[in-house]
Amino acid sequence: MAYKQYILVCGGTACESNQGIALFAALKKAVEENGLVNDVQVVRTGCLGFCEKGPIVKILPQDTFYVEVKPEDAEVIVKEHLVKGRVVSRLLYDKNQSKRNVGIEGIDFYQKQFRIVLRNCGVIDPDKIDEYIARDGYKALEKALFEMKPRDVIDEISKSGLRGRGGAGFPTGKKWEFAAVQPAGQKYMVCNADEGDPGAYMDRSTLEGDPHSILEAMTIAGYAIGADTGFIYIRAEYPLAIQRLETAIKQAREYGLLGKNILGSDFSFDIEIRLGAGAFVCGEETALLASIEGNRGMPSPRPPFPAVKGLWGRPTVINNVETLANIPVILLKGNLWFSKIGTASSKGTKVFALTGKINNSGLIEVPMGTTLREIIFDIGGGIRDGKAFKAAQTGGPSGGMIPPQFLDTPIDYENLSKIGSIMGSGGLIVMDEDDCIPDVTKFYLDFTVDESCGKCAPCRIGGRKLLNYLARICNGEGALEDIDQMLAISEAMSRASLCGLGQTASNPVQSSLRYFMDEYKEHIVDKKCRAGKCKNLLSYNINTEKCVGCTACARVCPVNAIAGERKQPHVIDAAKCIKCGQCFEVCKFNAVNRS
Amino acid sequence: MAKLTLDDLRKLREEKQKLLEKRDPSNKDAQIIVGMGTCGIAAGAKDTFNAIIDELDARGITHVLVRQTGCMGSCHSEPTVEVVTPDMPSVIYGKVDSGTGKRIVDEHIVNKHMIDNHICDKPSMDIVSEPGK
Ligand SMILES: Cc1cc2nc3c(=O)[nH]c(=O)nc-3n(C[C@H](O)[C@H](O)[C@H](O)COP(=O)(O)O)c2cc1C
Ligand code: SF4
Ligand code: SF4
Ligand code: FES
Repeated sequence: MAYKQYILVCGGTACESNQGIALFAALKKAVEENGLVNDVQVVRTGCLGFCEKGPIVKILPQDTFYVEVKPEDAEVIVKEHLVKGRVVSRLLYDKNQSKRNVGIEGIDFYQKQFRIVLRNCGVIDPDKIDEYIARDGYKALEKALFEMKPRDVIDEISKSGLRGRGGAGFPTGKKWEFAAVQPAGQKYMVCNADEGDPGAYMDRSTLEGDPHSILEAMTIAGYAIGADTGFIYIRAEYPLAIQRLETAIKQAREYGLLGKNILGSDFSFDIEIRLGAGAFVCGEETALLASIEGNRGMPSPRPPFPAVKGLWGRPTVINNVETLANIPVILLKGNLWFSKIGTASSKGTKVFALTGKINNSGLIEVPMGTTLREIIFDIGGGIRDGKAFKAAQTGGPSGGMIPPQFLDTPIDYENLSKIGSIMGSGGLIVMDEDDCIPDVTKFYLDFTVDESCGKCAPCRIGGRKLLNYLARICNGEGALEDIDQMLAISEAMSRASLCGLGQTASNPVQSSLRYFMDEYKEHIVDKKCRAGKCKNLLSYNINTEKCVGCTACARVCPVNAIAGERKQPHVIDAAKCIKCGQCFEVCKFNAVNRS
Repeated sequence: MAKLTLDDLRKLREEKQKLLEKRDPSNKDAQIIVGMGTCGIAAGAKDTFNAIIDELDARGITHVLVRQTGCMGSCHSEPTVEVVTPDMPSVIYGKVDSGTGKRIVDEHIVNKHMIDNHICDKPSMDIVSEPGK
């Protein structure tokens, strides 16, 4: 016996705490009372990612999505929707769109529209070239080789408005054009799969889930610029992605989709994998090329740009994985289709890796121009444990912190840079009230200082000095003059560093000083850390009125700093206390104060 | 396999497209698809994958194809498993350990009902504005 319809009731924390449990019971009861137990199953799900409008109910197979459903609504959902097949429009999110909600076609539309880069991830078996081919794989290559001149391919990409997803947002068509107009001869096409941002894994997932899309795109790019050799530069820490790429390359060669005279045309192209050792700076294009050549991975001044003088002095185009994943789709669907998605200056979608204090961490792909609020609260399901949102960091450790007042800013390259951050590669780290801004800033700086190659002074010395100031402030030893010094150093670093690493390393410092000056001042003047993260600024003591003498704290204290008889108020010896906070966590009577 | 010409590729695509549409590779009408990206594997997707295959074998079920795929994007609830059968709406289950993998075979495939508390779904399309419009 199979059910005919399904009622999914969100069982996520937010919905359950908002009468969700009563709603579940009410729906079950209504189903029974209407004699539908054999036809309708009521199931609880995990968080549906829309907690703000909870409790959420979804009806399958119609895929109707009801929001803010109360237990009282159970009856009408069952009577109207399940029995009579009429959508209850007052419970829909968009009350005027009742028609579109009924059909499943609408949903397919939605899903395909958003997933350009990740179109095949989670859909096909990445180890099977036939599955890729079945989903229009290598059709764009077919079109390019047999219906388009290299010039037309470049035009199509230029007109689409696609910009590089590796960080800088440089127009992809223009980059190809630069290399294409260089005199004929040896040219190279390189895919940058170094992905060094901590917390970012968009490129890894794309390569693991859909390796052929990158091979196809590189071949198309090779055709457009006149290159016959491609390299994929990928970090050795991505073993699964490397393995899937190797399999994919082997299959493509067997099918004649890589190698001599592809599909019987005069165009030949092959791809090799080069492994990187996982240095962040090797993701920078000139350092990456040096590394492929077998030299030490250090940046060199531009110009000359790689498109003019790249690998072994030959014209070379370097594109990021995500940039490339867009290429076949643009060729197949046309530049007009693509340029309708996104904002005036930023076309298409962007993949983000959502991490930090967010309920639904994971990979998402949204059209450019989506707001942070939509990303964090609608898709990401909001902040964990119902805490307050403090800031979001885009662009990884070289990005900036975005405070709550910009939650509704549409995200694109220009808007992000206006508010002091960058698009970067797509890491998006969410911070809540428990994160201390100077402490987080120090964490990012720690990373970039560690990864600086040391070639140029502003980055090497400036970064270290910034880190020292931040450490002092977090230790409660900062002075107000430090802030001016930090601003001056940041400015010098962004202007005078040789490569993007040094130029962007101070972004977290500059943006946090701009938006969270009060927290810095608190650390410096009041010697306080409101998030309770900076150990040296904290002190612990026990409120003798609340303490019941349960001895829990004395037992966990690793340094025996707590004394007291059973059933008598306990006392902390401040001289012995190492501020580990365990007593604070363990006390059930809120008797331990942290200040 | 010999190198393809343009015509071969087109023929191959057509052929495989039909297979994909019918979702019927060699008499199988149902699919269990396990997300096997780094995130999934780290969360135990390989055990889940094996447990599902063992359970199907143990019950002599042959009409279900077990496949792997890349990351579906719901990294907070890995391992994720999508179940596609002809007579029920497709669903994605989250946090599927080997025990839950067995339950998928028992409850979803055999007894044809969904498993409580493990569905991991996305909101519908009408909550984010449509692009390109
Ligand atoms: C320190 C540093 C690290 C970088 N890391 C990466 C990376 O991991 N992946 C990437 O694609 N681009 C990275 N870039 C950007 C590249 O230099 C280059 O702009 C990009 O690969 C060009 O491709 P696109 O035009 O497709 O974005 C990095 C840049 C800098 C300065
Ligand atoms: S900015 Fe930093 S990473 Fe870049 S070249 Fe200078 S020292 Fe090296
Ligand atoms: S903070 Fe740690 S060291 Fe200090 S009294 Fe509490 S448990 Fe002991
Ligand atoms: S808890 Fe229900 S949508 Fe998040």
